[in-house]
Amino acid sequence: MTETYTKEYLYYPGCSLSATSQAYDKSTQATADVLGAKFTELPDWNCCGATAYMGIKEIMALSISARNLALAEKHCKNGHAEIVAPCSGCYVGLVKAHNYMKEFPEMREKVNAALAESDLSYSGSVKVRHVLDIFVNDIGAAKIKQFAINPLTGLKVGCYYGCQIVRPRNEIDDPECPVTMETLMKACGATPVDFSMKANCCGGSIMGTEEWIGLRLSKNLLHCAEQAGVQILVTPCPLCQINLDAYQHRVNKKYKLNVNIPILYFTQLIGLAIGVPKERLGIGDEIVSSARVLEKFFG
Amino acid sequence: MKLDFLDEVKHIPGGERIVDCIQCGTCSGSCPTSYLMEDSPRSLFYKIRTGLRNEVLNSPDIWLCTSCYMCYVRCPRGIKVTDIMYALKRLSIKERFSMQWRGSHLAKSFMTVVNRYGRNQETELLIRFFLRTNPFGAIRNIPIALKLWLKGRLPLKRHKLRDIKGFRRIVEKANQFGAI
Repeated sequence: MTETYTKEYLYYPGCSLSATSQAYDKSTQATADVLGAKFTELPDWNCCGATAYMGIKEIMALSISARNLALAEKHCKNGHAEIVAPCSGCYVGLVKAHNYMKEFPEMREKVNAALAESDLSYSGSVKVRHVLDIFVNDIGAAKIKQFAINPLTGLKVGCYYGCQIVRPRNEIDDPECPVTMETLMKACGATPVDFSMKANCCGGSIMGTEEWIGLRLSKNLLHCAEQAGVQILVTPCPLCQINLDAYQHRVNKKYKLNVNIPILYFTQLIGLAIGVPKERLGIGDEIVSSARVLEKFFG
Repeated sequence: MKLDFLDEVKHIPGGERIVDCIQCGTCSGSCPTSYLMEDSPRSLFYKIRTGLRNEVLNSPDIWLCTSCYMCYVRCPRGIKVTDIMYALKRLSIKERFSMQWRGSHLAKSFMTVVNRYGRNQETELLIRFFLRTNPFGAIRNIPIALKLWLKGRLPLKRHKLRDIKGFRRIVEKANQFGAI
């Protein structure tokens, strides 16, 4: 056992986790709790800017992202703050603000001038991490296996990563052929099923602006997963979840398919395997019900 | 003196490498939406270098970028393609080229909501976006919204930052800086 288990993480849930993705929030906290990772919510955090704000004005997008980093620095006096974001968009947004402030001194000056309006500043000491990174590298598959009192034997799980968790940074996993989530699913006793589009785009926010394009991208993914024999998909991204879940019936209607694949967060399946009651994991919040494939594990 | 278009793009953080583009088309081949574009990323880059400013900034294609970063990690010349696409979106909004493209309206609705509360409120964002673009289109999406609402996934309660005033001061100050 390494001491990283008792490290205190500053949890940055992000906006989706209090609305469309409450199941991700619940399951992340409940699971981390059992596995001994201590998540403390960053006080008064704000929106990371997501992809949309970056399309308006860069310095504004970076400044609002940096406010969170500055708050983390202020909160954690020892200079070793680690922010943990469950949403891939938040993760990329926070990393971008951190990197730009390190790489471009002119940016740093401007962002800090903006932050100074609220008596904040950012010196660059915060480490930004994704929840998947914590589960894979700090908690580890071995510990999950040890805690898996309700193994998901025989469950064929497709691990869908999406884009921003592996790109543009490739620190957590390979940018095109990631494999870490599979190790976690194996530790849960499930059978990971490989499918070629596991790091392709689901459409992201284009589902809202140009739905016909989003439907096509999601169709490609769902069809590919179905062909590979996937019973259930897990993802580490709120936007991927809602696109593949809430729009699945429209994909079926438009492309005359009969896909019926529930989309869960990877933390929900881990939680189920380590014996957290399904109500505390938000299982049942999904539109395409997972009951059919998960029933036998509900106990 | 007005910068020429290539210089403008070169001044964006990470944009300076656009001059290294060898027009190999890896970006376009990796792009999930390029098959729908009149000007794929490769073609847009060519037009940037030839100074076709209005044509590029008026293009609907820049709003088809989903920020999946596949081009970014694959570019053999290390060009930060996605970041340049963001910069094109910003220039296009700033100069009011993109009023007719829905992507720009989503970005603006998003900013309005975030500046107001400090966080995104998904329910309000959707309402604002559809009112701006296509109020009748919203009707089509009522069944999906209803399903989500029944699952408690579209709460109407909105959360405002404790220090919303400080947050807004940061936004205002950042907005005063020139550049895009």
